[in-house]
Amino acid sequence: MANEIEILTVSELTREIRKSLEETFPQVSVIGEISNFKQHISGHWYFNLKDAEAVINCTMWKGFNQYVFFMPQDGMKVIVNGKISVYPPRGNYQIDARSMKTAGVGELQEAYERLKKKLESEGLFDEDRKKPIPSLPKKIGVITAVDGAAFKDMVSVAKRRFPLVEIVIVPAIVQGSGAAESIVNSIKLLNDFGNVDVIITGRGGGSIEDLWAFNEEIVARAISRSKIPVISAVGHETDFTIADYVSDLRAPTPSVAMELATPSIEEIFGYIYDFSYTSSQIIAELVRRKYDKVKHMINSYGFRILPDIINKNSQGIDQLISKIFQSVDKLILTTKNDVNLFSNAIKSYDIRKVLRRGFVLVEQNSKFVSRASHFMRGKKAKLRFYDGNVEINN
Amino acid sequence: MSKSRQKNNFEKDLKRLEEISKLLEDNEISLDDAIALYEEGIKLSRSCIKKLNDAELKITELKKDLSELSSENQKV
Repeated sequence: MANEIEILTVSELTREIRKSLEETFPQVSVIGEISNFKQHISGHWYFNLKDAEAVINCTMWKGFNQYVFFMPQDGMKVIVNGKISVYPPRGNYQIDARSMKTAGVGELQEAYERLKKKLESEGLFDEDRKKPIPSLPKKIGVITAVDGAAFKDMVSVAKRRFPLVEIVIVPAIVQGSGAAESIVNSIKLLNDFGNVDVIITGRGGGSIEDLWAFNEEIVARAISRSKIPVISAVGHETDFTIADYVSDLRAPTPSVAMELATPSIEEIFGYIYDFSYTSSQIIAELVRRKYDKVKHMINSYGFRILPDIINKNSQGIDQLISKIFQSVDKLILTTKNDVNLFSNAIKSYDIRKVLRRGFVLVEQNSKFVSRASHFMRGKKAKLRFYDGNVEINN
Repeated sequence: MSKSRQKNNFEKDLKRLEEISKLLEDNEISLDDAIALYEEGIKLSRSCIKKLNDAELKITELKKDLSELSSENQKV
């Protein structure tokens, strides 16, 4: 039988297979579990999709995988959409994935649990790894969407609680594709150049998909690598992310994170007022103690003996002084009496009283003539009467 | 610049205040020392309160150029 079969080269056959496969499966949607997931340094993804009986290679180029909001993990059940392609150098066929979504919300939850378990077993959540949050920060680094409500809330809390602080904002993508990378880069940036005392990273509330970046392994590892303490602040009180477990402090909301990162101005005022109160009390107490000590010493025998001597003598001195006073008083009194006496006597000797009674004073050469023998005849004389003078020439 | 210096001083001042209050609580302190420390502390308190009252929140943005540079490197 000359039933000739055309002989093809490997390349020719592969080209035919490729054509046939690619034309037959230009678009497929496949559900399966991810295994052997690898992200190449180029950003491309390589993984397998499998179920109980079969496995198929998959690739997802960076240009497409950047739109997947989550990082695939082994064991995650996903639905991949793409086309079948053949890779001639290896002679294998694969799904060239264009999009990927989780097979259900439960898948994310499971991925979360898996990562949590893994990181926990590595010790990334250990309490002794957690760095203390400084009580008096000069600069706080904030990684979030700059136009988000979370950032506005944090700014208003900082303004109210501790306006002396400086906020260093690193605008970041916090949801959707590229969010995890953006957060990782921002943490690194703040560590390298931020010169901040503490980092807050987070965002406002949202669906599990919205918050997913904070459940990514690269974010968890970046937080655990950070030399600066990190406070996570993702969503609402009820949202727990992987970032919350690995961070140094978990805040239920962004506003609370800022409260935890800042001292209250009221508290500082309170501290200062407290200081001035207690320290003045201390001084008062100190003075009182010294006073008591001095008082005690004064009361001791050694000091009492001197005042005793003084007291005894002072009695004598007092007596002496009062004696002196008494005698001075006496002196003053007698002097006064004497003066009175003299003045009365003088009054009684007042010449005018005598003249009034009709006596006459005789004056010669401006001198009173008190004796007849002193009278000089032939000289002028003045007769002084009570009511006037008379001149005589004898 | 002067503001960040002010902040540094604030932290230092508050620390010194803490130090002073510890020193004051020491029973062995002399009255002269205590009064000198007290005066210093009150002065610090006043300046701290003034700084807090005058403070205005400062917000700066750390540019992402460098991080973009590093992710550029990753692509290559």
